[in-house]
Amino acid sequence: MAHVAAPDRMSGLQESSRTILDHYQAQVQTRRIYTVVCIVVFLIVLGASLDFANDANSGKFFERLPYFFDFIKSFVPNGPLEIFRAMFDLPSPYADGSIKFDYTSDRVYITDSFYIPYFFYELAITVNIALVSTILGAGGAFLLCFFASSNLVGSRMVRWGVRRVMEIMRAFPEIVIAGLLAAILSIGPIAAIIAISFHTVGALGKLFFEVIENADMRPDEGLRASGASWLERVRFAILPQVLPNFVSYTLLRAEINVRASTIIGAVGGGGIGEAFSLSIGRDHAAKTYAIIILLLITVICVDQFSAWLRRRLIGKQSFEFGRGAA
Amino acid sequence: MSSTLTVNGAEHERILASYPKIFERGFMQRWGLLLVSAVVVIYLAFCFAFFNVIPTFVNGNWDRASVYVQDWYSWRAQPRLRFQNGQVVPQWTSRGQYRPGADISWLKPGVGGSSYTVTFGSHDDRLEVTPERVDVFIDGTFYPVVITPEKASLPAGAPDRMEQDGNKVNVYFGFAGQVEIRSSQVYIQRRFLGWANFFFDTQSPFWGRSFGEVAGLMLFGERLDPNQSNASLALDNFLNNATWQHGDILSKLMQTLVMAFVGTLLGTLFAFPLSFIAARNITRNRTANWFMKRLFDFLRSIDMLIWALFFTRAFGPGPIPGIAAIFFTDTGALGKVYAEALENVDDKQREGVKSVGAAPINVQRYGVVPQVLPIFISQSLYFWESNTRSATVIGAVGAGGIGLKLLESMKTNADWDKVAYMVLLILIVVFLFDNMSNALRSRVMGKRGH
Repeated sequence: MAHVAAPDRMSGLQESSRTILDHYQAQVQTRRIYTVVCIVVFLIVLGASLDFANDANSGKFFERLPYFFDFIKSFVPNGPLEIFRAMFDLPSPYADGSIKFDYTSDRVYITDSFYIPYFFYELAITVNIALVSTILGAGGAFLLCFFASSNLVGSRMVRWGVRRVMEIMRAFPEIVIAGLLAAILSIGPIAAIIAISFHTVGALGKLFFEVIENADMRPDEGLRASGASWLERVRFAILPQVLPNFVSYTLLRAEINVRASTIIGAVGGGGIGEAFSLSIGRDHAAKTYAIIILLLITVICVDQFSAWLRRRLIGKQSFEFGRGAA
Repeated sequence: MSSTLTVNGAEHERILASYPKIFERGFMQRWGLLLVSAVVVIYLAFCFAFFNVIPTFVNGNWDRASVYVQDWYSWRAQPRLRFQNGQVVPQWTSRGQYRPGADISWLKPGVGGSSYTVTFGSHDDRLEVTPERVDVFIDGTFYPVVITPEKASLPAGAPDRMEQDGNKVNVYFGFAGQVEIRSSQVYIQRRFLGWANFFFDTQSPFWGRSFGEVAGLMLFGERLDPNQSNASLALDNFLNNATWQHGDILSKLMQTLVMAFVGTLLGTLFAFPLSFIAARNITRNRTANWFMKRLFDFLRSIDMLIWALFFTRAFGPGPIPGIAAIFFTDTGALGKVYAEALENVDDKQREGVKSVGAAPINVQRYGVVPQVLPIFISQSLYFWESNTRSATVIGAVGAGGIGLKLLESMKTNADWDKVAYMVLLILIVVFLFDNMSNALRSRVMGKRGH
């Protein structure tokens, strides 16, 4: 914008006003220089990072780019119906004995004639892993969070310890826990559940204790005045205030955990993630697209459902980002 | 609650009558929590059965578990003492932690090479190995294990820490290690706290030297290799340590960090202009808003995993698929967040700029951007933080970086110490970045927090 006024208009200013204007313009100037320096540094870092990434990759970006489009072109199923058949485990007309077109043998039979399509079954496993670990994680976080908040626990040591424990749980790579448990318990969903729960305790614990620290302490004072114990104060003064937010954060976490359990699945935790990584690795286009569609629908459904529930629970201000702007 | 207040009947009625909303609660208010808890408990019980929790835990390899966990913070030397022509010959695997012919304090040859003494912590717990007989000392008590060509046999009156297992005898010394005595060899596992050869491998001239010695050599010592200074030789030996692969691990860690950084940055740069199109109050075109928002939803809802695997198939493993996966999902997620922030801006500032006759682009630049920029930056920093973590997992599915390295090390089931090392590095990096982004965020947002 026009920071620089015309000099003839400036001449009408008084001495003191001119000093102020000069100072202002000098500040704008330094600020601009800083901005430019920041942008240049940023661009250099970005360029170096991209170059490093390209170097470290097994295929170089520009070499592989033409093949990328070839890959997309070749990765097309034999018609849209084929995706449908793969999704519902129906026999394919292209069946040639290979597993690429063999959809029927994966069926999960409940009774002799009634079956659940394989991908639906795997999807159910993934969603259940996510839900169970969200519940377990939220339970753990609920037990821990009260000891981390400064308005409920006086001892610095306890608070510091609990917060560090949460931080470590949050930052600990999930695949390591999953991998260690997979080595002990054999590969399967339980390793994934424990790994995701562990992470959830840390992630939710932090959000929970921040909610508690922002709680209104007047009810607590009232209860304290009437001689209530610590547990009673937490139960009757703090909990009613924070519970809606706790539930809301837990629902948000459930959304994230559905994605996390898919990813852990791909690393060996079972579920739809594993099925997906196998099918894309083997170039089974129809199966891959079937899984993508299923996952897309699931994620959208979970997101919408949790958003609806959150709106019902705590009304309009349900953690929509950017509300602080207004 | 201890009730020190006393309320008489009439007062009771009066209070009930004047605050009916407080005392007469609806069904869901009264029983909702209990109902939800019951549903959760039933669901957990169902999943308990569905996932076969008990059989999985019963069938777990719990004996191996303790070994794996101990491997995180300690290391095992695993020599085999073979009986060859009346002699005892130590044999090391390729993973051996000692140089050939090194003087090992806990594994001493006897006179003439026909015997070996293995100590487990103290002189009271040791083995005297000869081809005919292994003398086991536990807490100073002596138990001879006689070896015939067919089998090793447990002496009478042996304690619980010794057991006959088929043709062999196992002896357990607790944390210090264990021994398998067979007819042809004695297989020793000796455990020590710490990580073996963490700085220099056995090939390095610095191996086996103390810190002071190495520092002295680097600063004042004569060149060990005439072509380079000792300091650069030490650095080279450290980075190319064959067992710990510091150089490789650090470069993989760098790849993961680059994935998160570049992915988030590109996502931010693309989401920024697109969010202006998606925001209803900025672009007055419902179709454009709708399409942009559905594009964000699409990018966001396709899992990061799907993008990662898809680009891994296209570009081969490495940071590029990782960057692309983070970039695609984050463009969607950040675009949505940004558009929401834009739709909540204060219109007065925009009107003010408009009223002085500014061009449309200047209206956005000076009327809108200053309001939303702190939120944009702080949200991007949040995403950067969480992406630093998720880049590890994305790496494991094939996008490379430290995640893949972790997965490879875990699959061998013998490199848990290296896994611990990488986890430690990741934890340090995550803490560092968390604090960095927190500091940046509080600078950008001022006292308001997030």
